[in-house]
Amino acid sequence: MRARTRTARKTVVLAAVAALGAGLLAGCADDGKDGDGSGSSDSSGKGKTTITVGLFGTMGFQEAGLYTEYEKLHPNIKISQNVIERNENYYPPLVNHLTTNSGLMDVQAVEVANIAEVTATQADKLTDMSKVAGVDKSNWLDWKWQQATTKDGQTIGLGTDVGPMAICYRKDLFQQAGLPTEPDKVAALWAGDWSKLVDVGKQYKAKAPKGTYFMDSPGGLLNAILSSEKEKFYDASGKVIYKTNPAIRAGFNLTAKAAQEGLVQPQTQFQPAWNTTIAKSKFAAIACPPWMLGTIKGNAQPDSKGKWAVATSPKSGNWGGTFLTVPKSGKHVKEAQEFITWLTAPKQQATLFKVQASFPSAPAAYTMPEVTGATNEMTGSDKIGPVFAEAAKSAPVQVIGPKDQIVMQGLSDNGVILVTKGKSPEEAWNTAVKTIDNNLDQ
Amino acid sequence: MATRNDTAAPPTKEGGAAPGRPPADAVSPEAARKRARLSRRWQRDMRWSPYAFVSPFFLLFLAFGLFPLIYTGWASLHQVELTAPTDMSWVGLRNYTRIFDDEFFWNAAKNTLTIGIISTVPQLLMAMGIAHILNYKLRASTFYRVVMLAPYATSIAAASLVFVLLFGRDYGMINWALHFVGIDAIDWQGDKWPSQIAVSTIIVWRWTGYNALIYLAAMQAIPQDLYESAALDGASRWRQFLHVTLPSLRPTILFTAVVSTIGASQVFGEPLLFDVNKGSSGGAEHQFQTLGLYLYEQGWVNQHLGRASAIAWTMFLILIVIGIVNYVISRRLRASS
Repeated sequence: MRARTRTARKTVVLAAVAALGAGLLAGCADDGKDGDGSGSSDSSGKGKTTITVGLFGTMGFQEAGLYTEYEKLHPNIKISQNVIERNENYYPPLVNHLTTNSGLMDVQAVEVANIAEVTATQADKLTDMSKVAGVDKSNWLDWKWQQATTKDGQTIGLGTDVGPMAICYRKDLFQQAGLPTEPDKVAALWAGDWSKLVDVGKQYKAKAPKGTYFMDSPGGLLNAILSSEKEKFYDASGKVIYKTNPAIRAGFNLTAKAAQEGLVQPQTQFQPAWNTTIAKSKFAAIACPPWMLGTIKGNAQPDSKGKWAVATSPKSGNWGGTFLTVPKSGKHVKEAQEFITWLTAPKQQATLFKVQASFPSAPAAYTMPEVTGATNEMTGSDKIGPVFAEAAKSAPVQVIGPKDQIVMQGLSDNGVILVTKGKSPEEAWNTAVKTIDNNLDQ
Repeated sequence: MATRNDTAAPPTKEGGAAPGRPPADAVSPEAARKRARLSRRWQRDMRWSPYAFVSPFFLLFLAFGLFPLIYTGWASLHQVELTAPTDMSWVGLRNYTRIFDDEFFWNAAKNTLTIGIISTVPQLLMAMGIAHILNYKLRASTFYRVVMLAPYATSIAAASLVFVLLFGRDYGMINWALHFVGIDAIDWQGDKWPSQIAVSTIIVWRWTGYNALIYLAAMQAIPQDLYESAALDGASRWRQFLHVTLPSLRPTILFTAVVSTIGASQVFGEPLLFDVNKGSSGGAEHQFQTLGLYLYEQGWVNQHLGRASAIAWTMFLILIVIGIVNYVISRRLRASS
């Protein structure tokens, strides 16, 4: 009896240990080829091929009905997306998956701030989209295409949207400050030179409604100025030049001057207090890619609808935009390539703009009615498409470096914001440089 | 070592001393062989089963504890970026030596120390006071105890986000309340000490109840007759607390102090979420960047895996030193009592 119980118990223990070990092993094995597993066997799909798509934020493909449309065109395809809210949480795991070549979806989105790093370091893990049938380089803005192309000519991602920069302003506040309100006249005030924008800010401040500022934040202004430069933080050979590039220092000093004179609100963009300043209508102008209208709408009170207008910015620049890539280790590489080729075609980009205000990176879309006739709740009956289209076409082919995000964040969050707290521009610059150099490991 | 089955007395059955089986010498050779075989299996069982029982922990520890530890140590001797973790170039101890003149590291170390002090000390004092009050006979005492533990059960992210709103410079409730007593708006995020106090407040809020419950449990284990005899001798409540409660709580206080010190040296979530820039630099001038945050920034934001590993190991060594100091102090205390 005793011996029997022992054996029985032993069997249980052995089984448990074996199960645990198998579980561990299976866990490891599974991790090794996640890309295979996730896409292939889908019970609900009934033999359909499921393309998995990894995205961040609200990119709006699903909301715009593009998946449904594609599934209708291709009855054997099913599309399933996995969205992570913030790029800060999406990008580090993506880098890990790329470096280990595992756990990747069939399609992975990459933000423009990260595209240079991905292009430079991970190109061998991604498929060359320029060789795919139906992909026509001339569909895209030239600079957008270049951003995802390696030195040896491999294009690892297809552009979805871009962020052509304009200046959005409050017509009612401009009027109270004695400034013109028509977009053309407003744009003429500062055409060609960012320092003229700051001068308009001074005019605004002289007669401004109490408690309002000209612009929302020093970081936003600095970002707008620098986004219109051809060379920013890196030169074409990949050398870090942000310290010696006179354009950077000039932009920093101009922003610092605006901050010292109280033309910008002492805020950091996208933080709760900044959202509140939108809700309370505390500033008159903001550097504004199309998607910013969505942010404004998300935070503004209903009574500010239709009070905004969009004017061409002093110099054209770009802020934001995304690429779709197809990792080599995906299970359905061919299907995924076909899918993103369709998804990024001009027609689909135009649809996306209409629904999501993501501005097309395909110039062919700029003449489509979805873009030319587009209006926005915040800007009333004004047609906003042409202003952004013009900005997109005249934006410079900017040299994008792998660590642009770190430099930009250092200049704004560790630098120019300090001027609003009473530091001199010199001190603020030095603080920013120290932080950036440490972060870049210079 | 298990008793050997073949030499030991045969095990008694449930029936007690009553002869349940035939005498041993009457066993046939076949049965003896069978018994010997069983006995060998039983020996093996006795010998190896315990290892099987404890193996899950050690397997997991190997995979998720020891391997990362060794790998981190190995990575800390290399220049290696997160974008290409296999591409390592040997730099020896450079990642460690550079820490000596890395002002951001020492700034973070200083912040960790000051935030640790201004969060741990008031936290433990308050916990002691609260436990003392809860130790009296109270109506609905279970309710109060559950309430004490509520902050601890709250997610650190949710709590920190609420505190960010409370401590807002322009629209925060705390500044709004302060302006009624004539204090100008304090920049709780931008200025050094206000920001450290704000971060400490989150920590204090979260952990005070937890420590109070530990103290309360220890207080309830103190024999009631000590208090009675103290009361007979004419000791006031305060004197009872000083001369009965505190000495009896000494080991518990030591325990909470050690745990809180370790917790304070690893503070990460609160300052990360308190940073309005959604970054990990701990404010525009790194005014509340802790060591944990600096490690995270180097590793996951700037992707310098080697440097981050060296910082992690340095933190580990600092923790060991703190552990030794704690041990020495506790031995002194024990010796003196």
